[in-house]
Amino acid sequence: MTPQTLAEKILSSHRVGGRVGSTRGDGPVRPGDLIEVAVDLVLANDITAPIAIREFEGLGVPTVFDPDAIVLVADHFTPNKDVASAEQVAIMRTFARDQSISRFYDVGRAGIEHVLLHELGLVIPGDVIVGADSHTCTAGAFGAFATGMGSTDIAVAMATGEAWMRVPETIRIDLHGEPGRWVGGKDLILETIGRLGVDGATYEALEFGGETVDRLSIEARSTMANMAIEAGAKAGLFPADRTTLAYLDGRTARAANELTADEDASYARRLEIDVAAIEPLVALPHLPSNVRPVRDAGPIPIDQAVIGSCTNGRLDDLRVAAEVLRGRTVHPDVRCIVIPGSQQVQLDAVREGLVDVFLEAGAAVSTPTCGPCLGGHMGVLAAGERAISTTNRNFRGRMGSLDSEVILAGPAVAAASAVAGRLAHPEEVMT
Amino acid sequence: MRGRIWVFGSHVDTDAIIPARHLHTSDPAELARHCMEGLDAGFADAVRPGDLIVGGENFGCGSSREHAPLAIRAAGVGCVVASSFARIFYRNAINIGLPIVICADAVATAADEQEWEVDVEGGVVRNLTLGTEATFEPFPPFMKKLLRAGGLVAHTRRRIASGELPRRRAES
Repeated sequence: MTPQTLAEKILSSHRVGGRVGSTRGDGPVRPGDLIEVAVDLVLANDITAPIAIREFEGLGVPTVFDPDAIVLVADHFTPNKDVASAEQVAIMRTFARDQSISRFYDVGRAGIEHVLLHELGLVIPGDVIVGADSHTCTAGAFGAFATGMGSTDIAVAMATGEAWMRVPETIRIDLHGEPGRWVGGKDLILETIGRLGVDGATYEALEFGGETVDRLSIEARSTMANMAIEAGAKAGLFPADRTTLAYLDGRTARAANELTADEDASYARRLEIDVAAIEPLVALPHLPSNVRPVRDAGPIPIDQAVIGSCTNGRLDDLRVAAEVLRGRTVHPDVRCIVIPGSQQVQLDAVREGLVDVFLEAGAAVSTPTCGPCLGGHMGVLAAGERAISTTNRNFRGRMGSLDSEVILAGPAVAAASAVAGRLAHPEEVMT
Repeated sequence: MRGRIWVFGSHVDTDAIIPARHLHTSDPAELARHCMEGLDAGFADAVRPGDLIVGGENFGCGSSREHAPLAIRAAGVGCVVASSFARIFYRNAINIGLPIVICADAVATAADEQEWEVDVEGGVVRNLTLGTEATFEPFPPFMKKLLRAGGLVAHTRRRIASGELPRRRAES
């Protein structure tokens, strides 16, 4: 049999339709094939679910295909920021009740969907996951084929358990060497995006490999898979290894197994990255590919630092930020906002004393929400303001006013910059 | 379809097409009032039914929000022509029945206020102002079928009703 990439392997095992428009059938897929696949999990949030629900109601089916395979998370404009947002969540809450969807996660029991899915053990290697959120690709950290779609796709997936897809070519990213002291998953993915460009992987899958991957935590892999979309990719996949299985142990009752690409799989192209040579990075306005070492970016002043999001809102990220902020204070001209990625992350951060560190440093700590990342609430920017943020997009106006700016970084650089009041390498404040 | 074109650059992201502060609604008419607000605050008021949007590379990148193609369609835009599209925007547009066309040769001739004609089925973009034309690869049969049906929901409803698409059931 033809050797396959991770994406091809997973899609081959999930195809139900043969090539779309021909007969339904099984068999290995090839890049470029238009196929229909059975999905294991369907995801939507308070912004995208209302449209999906409206479209679902137009399909003429009374029930979803499997209430246990649907996950609805109230995370974007929650806790509800205004009446209109409250109405959107209410539509989702009513739908969940009417359809007996038990995996509806509301304020106080929730978190950012891509943090929550992982900690609840809802993703295992080899799954196909579709979500009405572009960062659904985060679940690729587990060796799943996870991809963002629109609300209409999700409506059809909720009704039929299937989705149409074009089988992507795969770009192989091999990571070698040991990351430096302040270099994390965010720096590795910013380096990747800087080299690929924001549309360098459009319609393609990224597959990460190389010996560095063996040493990356699930959290670091999640940060990296999360931003595959920022290179235009359809999915970003990691091999499932002992680290993956150890993370899932006790979180899932499903049988999880290691999963890797075949040795001689064929790739559209390969990128080799020497991790040891990477310095802490930032992406300057207004594209995630506008990447340079923070040391070369100059002492750009900032008004706000945001530490959180589906990219960097996990416990490991908060630990790194706390390490920098411990015993230091946020610069008087900076608002520093820390947003744990889930209720569990927040609880763990309280128990570990991380929240004490943030509050004593003069940072604000929020309940979990996507909030400021997309200019929703909890830290929207005024005209002329600039934020450093551990989020994933720095498009013009993304975090508020069209005349504001966002600079992307990992939690170490964001925390150091919060202290310095300008872009700073962690070593500058850790003296 | 035929209309006046509105020219935008490369990497037009969905935050620019419909900023997130308007995502607390999914009402197409309300979304249309803010269409392209992140790039041209006057667009929504000035756009006329049948006008076309022309973009460069990677049109529609970023968030998966279907509000973006919904806003464009509700604003009366007949078609989006670009050198390339971001993946999720592309499938969202096809799914809701908004014709979109990849034609870098046509985009290279674009300037505001030009009049264009797009023959989606025939695969031709005509720049009526300059008197030039460019061809593009027609949609694969599957996508043609979706567009003709009026989008993915109408297409799927028909398949379910005819029994062509047996719905998966939860494994018991």
